[in-house]
Amino acid sequence: MRKLITPSSQDKSTGRVHTSEKHESAIRQVQGAANYVDDITEPQGTLHAAVGLSDCARGRIFAINLDDVRASEGVIDVVTIDDVPGHKDIGPVFKGDPLLADGEIKFFGQPVFAVLASSAHLARQAALKGQIEVECEDAILTPKQAHEQQAFVRPMHRFGQGDADTQLENAVHKVSGSLNIGGQEHMYLEGQVSLAVPDEEDRMNIYTSSQHPSEVQKLVSEVLNVRLHRVLVDMRRMGGGFGGKETQAAQWACIAALLAHRNRQAVKLRLPRFVDMHVTGKRHPFSNAFDVAFNAEGKITATRMEINGICGHSPDLSDAIVDRAMFHADNGYFLGDSDIVGHRLQTNMVSHTAYRGFGGPQGMIMAEAMIDKIARYTGLDPLTVRKRNLYGETTGSKTPYGMEVEHNLLPDMIEALETKAQYWQRRESIKAFNQTSPIIKKGLALTPVKFGISFTSKHLNQAGALVHIYTDGSIQVNHGGTEMGQGLHTKIGQIAANEFGVDLSMIEVTSTRTDKVPNTSPTAASSGTDMNGKAVQNACITLKARLASCFATKIGKPELANHVTFTDGLVRLNDESMAFSELVQAAYFERISLSTSGYYKTPKLAYNRETGEGRPFFYFAYGVSMSEVSIDTLTGEYKVDSVDIIHDVGNSLNPAIDIGQIEGAFIQGMGWLTTEDLKWNDSGKLISENMATYKIPAIGDTPVNFNVELFGKENAEDSIYHSKAVGEPPFMLAISVWCALKDAISSLSNYTIDPQLDTPATPERVLNAVVATTEAMQAEAESKTSHSKYGDAFSASEVS
Amino acid sequence: MIRFLINQEHVEIDNARADLTLLQYIREYKKQTGTKEGCAAGDCGACTVVLAEPNADYTSLHYRTVNSCITVMSAVHGKQLILVEHLSSGKKLHPVQQALVDNHGSQCGFCTPGFIMSMFALYHTNSAPNRDDVLYALSGNLCRCTGYRPIIDATLAACEQPADDHFTQNASRTLALLKDLNDDSEIGTTSLLMPQNRVELAQAIRENPEAKLVAGSTDLSLSFTQQLKNIDKLISLSHINELKGCTETQHSLVIGAANPFMDITPKLLAHFPQLAELITRFASLPIRNQATMGGNVANASPIGDMPPALIALNAVVIADNGADKRRIPITEFFVGYRQTALNTGEWISHIEIPFLSDNQRLAAYKISKRAEDDISAVCAVFNVTISDGIIEKISAGFGGVAATPQGCQALNDGLVGEPFASKGCLETGKKILSTAFSPIDDVRATAAYRNTVLANLWHRFWLEHQTDNTIATRVVNHA
Repeated sequence: MRKLITPSSQDKSTGRVHTSEKHESAIRQVQGAANYVDDITEPQGTLHAAVGLSDCARGRIFAINLDDVRASEGVIDVVTIDDVPGHKDIGPVFKGDPLLADGEIKFFGQPVFAVLASSAHLARQAALKGQIEVECEDAILTPKQAHEQQAFVRPMHRFGQGDADTQLENAVHKVSGSLNIGGQEHMYLEGQVSLAVPDEEDRMNIYTSSQHPSEVQKLVSEVLNVRLHRVLVDMRRMGGGFGGKETQAAQWACIAALLAHRNRQAVKLRLPRFVDMHVTGKRHPFSNAFDVAFNAEGKITATRMEINGICGHSPDLSDAIVDRAMFHADNGYFLGDSDIVGHRLQTNMVSHTAYRGFGGPQGMIMAEAMIDKIARYTGLDPLTVRKRNLYGETTGSKTPYGMEVEHNLLPDMIEALETKAQYWQRRESIKAFNQTSPIIKKGLALTPVKFGISFTSKHLNQAGALVHIYTDGSIQVNHGGTEMGQGLHTKIGQIAANEFGVDLSMIEVTSTRTDKVPNTSPTAASSGTDMNGKAVQNACITLKARLASCFATKIGKPELANHVTFTDGLVRLNDESMAFSELVQAAYFERISLSTSGYYKTPKLAYNRETGEGRPFFYFAYGVSMSEVSIDTLTGEYKVDSVDIIHDVGNSLNPAIDIGQIEGAFIQGMGWLTTEDLKWNDSGKLISENMATYKIPAIGDTPVNFNVELFGKENAEDSIYHSKAVGEPPFMLAISVWCALKDAISSLSNYTIDPQLDTPATPERVLNAVVATTEAMQAEAESKTSHSKYGDAFSASEVS
Repeated sequence: MIRFLINQEHVEIDNARADLTLLQYIREYKKQTGTKEGCAAGDCGACTVVLAEPNADYTSLHYRTVNSCITVMSAVHGKQLILVEHLSSGKKLHPVQQALVDNHGSQCGFCTPGFIMSMFALYHTNSAPNRDDVLYALSGNLCRCTGYRPIIDATLAACEQPADDHFTQNASRTLALLKDLNDDSEIGTTSLLMPQNRVELAQAIRENPEAKLVAGSTDLSLSFTQQLKNIDKLISLSHINELKGCTETQHSLVIGAANPFMDITPKLLAHFPQLAELITRFASLPIRNQATMGGNVANASPIGDMPPALIALNAVVIADNGADKRRIPITEFFVGYRQTALNTGEWISHIEIPFLSDNQRLAAYKISKRAEDDISAVCAVFNVTISDGIIEKISAGFGGVAATPQGCQALNDGLVGEPFASKGCLETGKKILSTAFSPIDDVRATAAYRNTVLANLWHRFWLEHQTDNTIATRVVNHA
């Protein structure tokens, strides 16, 4: 007979949901003991790979001479697309992404060959020695060129309500605008990396930093031409993902696997930072335009919007990304009759990809741009215009894509924040400050966020889990989600601890493995906890039912099994109780299975893309933020002085982790809109190619006053413990910074001009907007002077 | 031989590639994987480690952070290398580690070891730091997840009342071990030469004409970590006492070329407090812990960090070849893009900066996309002599405007004799500066922006130095 371990007695139930448990890896992270892929002990004889890149943006390859590469020190193998035994295209949804360049160059820096050497340094040096002869063609680098050449990676999509054209044509009050919106480098601190370890025959084990292990598994199997069941992907943690490792981690895993397969050696491919920045896609730049009609009170009556996503050379996820931009062009506002068109422009750039918000931010900022313009036109305060246009019974509750907005929290949240952060008092004091300060100007803005939660591709809204209880009462949990720092495993651990009523230390959430939970969705769309949490809960409920039945039978009340509870390390029924771990052992001896899988699919989703009508989202997450900034009208330098946020995470599973997500997303969003400036030269080469030339927020950019509060109202929908998704929505709270910068510039015109401020709003762009606003005021003053001899000698020119 | 301690372990290296970085040594040779590579260029701080070095008489240790990814091995000689793995005692976390856990200051955790090391160095150098001290100490560490707020809170909490940790408790043992390392035997290796005086240096250069000189390595190392070049031989300037020191003469401050920037900062700021903005925004703290004034001048970057200030201050470069020294005015030192007036076999020995007189007004301005750890789009330093309200002389230095750091004689010629308070002084200065240079469009800014800002920085200077100015001119005060 098997002898079981004596269970430990410290089965107190801490670590439940709704408490601020520490990140499950925090103690290892601060000791340098949390392993990332590059930290895994390398199998003996591990070799290292590097990729050789193109140095033009578009053209036909007529020769690849790799002699010097092969002759380079330490080189063991070199591969091109011709060496791929299986599929050559690794496009995640649509074709268009060759593993290595396939006859043509599609962007500057496209990987053309891969080299294997005894060390990473030697492989990288060798990779510089390839001679790729290309017949160069004119590259498409701007949205204008893409439109002119009808270059699209996917067909356009359109939806709307009513008849926006007619409404706009007949409107008395209307404004138009356009905005160029910059992209964003993910700048995960851990760059792309994969380790491929060949197993028996054609089997392959992959350790990768990926948000989508199942897709890596599928693509590796296709590239190697083996069945999925022979490829295992193991993913313990990423050093940041942010969307950049959703589809675009797969290429490096596939190349490593190809080289490992050919050479029967473990192969690691870790991209140096500047290579990573050249070869991986970014947040899509957009170039959008609107026409909006409104009444004298600033209430929107009709909206027409053109959304242009600049997708790079291939579709990647751009179809869904531009869709999500379109779905968020309303933000929290009823747009009246609406017509939203979305184009997917093809350019000879790296294929842009998922990034926190997934197109949502680039759509949402247009709604706020419209509101600002209406405010300057009508002379109303922007917050007044915002409030007048929020979804509601009197304004309207149907989105441009036909979904009813239910449970709208924005009116209450805005009211709470404008009171708490004293919007109107600060508005007055800022106006007073600006009147006496000719150089430094302050700006203020309070903007809302309404963000739809669910993958808009319906089939992705499913998740699986695998839960084992061992005979000492410890529990191992596996699920399809990946940990990239967001605290998913911590929340999952809390959910399992909560279900079984045991201490969090009894739960071990393991690495994400394709052999434990198959066919998983990416950890993306903020849905990690919503979906995997429910799947884990589902598995826990199955196991609890078995244990409850065992316990009820044991105490002679099998009919009351439904009333058994699991709390504080105990299993209880009326006055009877038993330690959880003891019951586990009893169940084992009763031959009750202590392992099960769990499953979840998100309910209520019904969007018909053919008609552009329906419900793409299970629910909306909301947030409001207020930012105050100062700008220097001589240099364009600025400072975010103060930020107040109230954000809706439903009934928070872990307040500390949720606040961490909100703060981190806000600062990342602020970086997107301010200092993070992607630049390509005329040849299509990325010139902001490292951390010296591409500036993410540093520690001094964190506002001194940075107050974040959770709204605390539970999700009206049946999500996991009525919490809400939090990964992406707070990113867009940073739009308040952009609006506040514009507000400060607009003060130069006494709030009559809505300045054009493309993003990122670098000091240079701010200064340009200052100059443009000042010149417009001068021109106006001069035209007045020409009619009146009492010209205003002290026009806004005083400030510059 | 290069000798140092890894925590308390004595280590000797007698053959290693000259271009081996400390990070490669830690991760690839010592298989210690807690220290991470984020950029291999000294821009992110994930690789931050701490070097504890003894003072001259081996009675105390000074803890400073460096970016191990751009540090060459000569920099660790005679020091204690402390890694993130060394901080906790068994299961007990170091106070800075515990504080970061308690404040939920790690998310993905990849930047965390670097932050921990910067917090640890602050723990040992500044008790009860304020928020600005914390920002200063962590300016070289990037985090993409948290937004920094919990890290700031954790650092403030941990350093509020720093109790003795095991490093402090073991300090006398560490000092004894370090003293044993620094015996009088030869140091360096055949590929990484480490001369200990100017005669040895001259000889090393003579015998190895192909070898590059290296001091802080914060710029040179990019040639092997980023451009992947092989560097077979280096001559380190870090252990030559004649290149250290920072002395005050009656009329000037004389700075040894190979002093790490942090070591000269107190004296530099004492005499030129107006340079605070430039100095505190000079890269990041770990870079300033390694980088030297000599290296900054010798690499002749067009942006330059300090050269615009040195030009405005009429500094003199003292060059040496082991036999003779000569004085080169800084305005004659930069002869072309990354080219200097140094002859073959010459190195920068010292930099002499004349003190200001009471009637000189000095200000240094740095304009960049990001306030911290960014390279200037434009740097402008104005040094204006005003007697009885009349401009007597203008000496100005600029970075980011041409192939080399520049002065601007036209500004002087156009404004000498003008009353400083006059509107004409403002307008003429702006006009001159808006067309004084022909900068280029690059990744940091357009030429047009640079020209506009140059003019506007004169506006800022003019306003800020009016005796009765009450107008706010800055969104951030760096002084």
